Amino acid sequence: MQISLDMKRRRMKRIVKEHASAYAFLLPYLVLFSVFFIFPFIYGLVISLFNWNLFFPEETRFIGFDNFRRIWFESDGIYYRYFWSGLKNTLIFVIFSVPFLVMIPLILAALIDMEPKGYKVFRTILFMPTVLSISSVILIWKWQFYTNGGFINALLLKLGLNEIPFLVSQPWAWISIIVVTIWWTMGTNMVILGAGLKNIDRSLYEAASIDGANYIQTFRYITMPSLAPQMLIVMITTVLASFGVYGQPDLLTNGGPDFSTTVLMMRIRPLALGTNANPGIATAMAVSMGILMVVISIVQAKIIKRRGDA
Amino acid sequence: MAIRAVQNKRKNISFIILLIISILWLTPVVWGLATSFKTPQDISSNPTSLFPQTFTLQHYQGLFNRPDTPVMRWMLNSFIIAGSYTVLYLMVISFAAYAFSILKFKFRDQIFWVILSTTMIPTVINLVPLITMTIDFGWFGSWLSLIIPGLGGVFGLFLLRQFFLGIPYELIESAKIDGLNNFGIFLKIVLPLSKSALLVAALFAFMGNWNDYLWPLIQFSGVDANMWTLPVGLSKIAGTYNYDYGLTMAAAILAIVPVVIVYAILQDKIIEGVARTGIK
Repeated sequence: MQISLDMKRRRMKRIVKEHASAYAFLLPYLVLFSVFFIFPFIYGLVISLFNWNLFFPEETRFIGFDNFRRIWFESDGIYYRYFWSGLKNTLIFVIFSVPFLVMIPLILAALIDMEPKGYKVFRTILFMPTVLSISSVILIWKWQFYTNGGFINALLLKLGLNEIPFLVSQPWAWISIIVVTIWWTMGTNMVILGAGLKNIDRSLYEAASIDGANYIQTFRYITMPSLAPQMLIVMITTVLASFGVYGQPDLLTNGGPDFSTTVLMMRIRPLALGTNANPGIATAMAVSMGILMVVISIVQAKIIKRRGDA
Repeated sequence: MAIRAVQNKRKNISFIILLIISILWLTPVVWGLATSFKTPQDISSNPTSLFPQTFTLQHYQGLFNRPDTPVMRWMLNSFIIAGSYTVLYLMVISFAAYAFSILKFKFRDQIFWVILSTTMIPTVINLVPLITMTIDFGWFGSWLSLIIPGLGGVFGLFLLRQFFLGIPYELIESAKIDGLNNFGIFLKIVLPLSKSALLVAALFAFMGNWNDYLWPLIQFSGVDANMWTLPVGLSKIAGTYNYDYGLTMAAAILAIVPVVIVYAILQDKIIEGVARTGIK
């Protein structure tokens, strides 16, 4: 009895010690994570319920969901127009960019997966733009699109065609933004999907070819279902990244022509800080956008999981 | 035999398609490189040529001599900021990853999954509060705003924890029997075994911080240009020197070259790191 009690005490002591050192190891990260991730999130939800005044804090007042009412329903207000036109433009970008940002990497990953000569070099080249910053990407690309000496238009003139005012007319402004986005970000999805393809059991392909399946059939019935986990990650991260689009339209078209590429992030930013700041409205817009993003992610996960099981 | 022949045919087709696309992919950069070395006359008379007729460094000299485009200064700033961030972040997350993988305590895995699940929260909601917080802390417009808030990032922690979990537990046990405490095990056993994972985590931390655009742009509104990071500075060049192709291409090439060199050296690690995010 005495011995077991002693052992118990020693065990307790060890557990306490292990816990103490665990928290010592965790403390720096947990503090930083709470202060810079958890707290701002809660703070953001709070700000969205206030008439927040950056310059005269004493005038800040709790107004409930009034910010949300103004951006969602107050149809003669300026914030309503900012929110819905910004959201519409963001959605246009999401709808027209995501299919390309998934399909093109999928095709390229499948081509690389056949391991032709020099496939590693191709992968290196195609992934390279993802390591560049958005401003160097735009610096290079802006001059591809210019009329009057831009590379693409000079090429068009040489071929006897007319110049295209890429950055100042629609739909070319969107096309330019999407082309740059594909060039810049496609590599990540290509590598993730490539890793998924590599993981697929080769004997499945052999069995399919013995059964006389052609490439398209094999792809449809063997490759795609096996790729479901990677597809899920790629779809969700791509949609989320596309919702957050900011740098491309800001630097390439400056939101134009006529605010047609002014995405929601470009409406939120000037409201967050500066002379026209309205942090309550800005966070209400951000929270609305965030809710939409979470809902879409969950729906996607459900759809892809169901497809993967079937 | 027939299967082999079909495979070879497929390989050849995929080679040709990949070759064409790779050339397309490189064209903008090659064009930028050529333009940065062309004379202004050459730029306007041969806009489509990918080789300069006469080779000139005038755009690079112009860039260095202009007081409002301190590209090398921006690069140094970006390097210091991204470097400090990476060192601090790696310290913080390797400690935490050690606790989340090697140590045993109540709700260990539950706490970790809660942290991981917060990555589902869109960070756009945090933008305005973080601006307010950096103002309150007195950091606004300083480099601290670019270094400290990102230290709570989850991605590197996830990467390291997964790697530490793969370390054989017998190694830890025998080190304990040898009388090493947790800090000793962490420093002498776990870290040396995890060099490749630490390198991948460092690369992603560095690249993420180096390439960040929106957050530094907000922080540096109204701050002296000598304090800016490279992406912020380049965006100002893109706006200001709109039609000076040679100058802007020289700036772009200067910004791209160091990144591409590092990428060329470490590409296997970078691609492996990205590939790993897709496999649980």
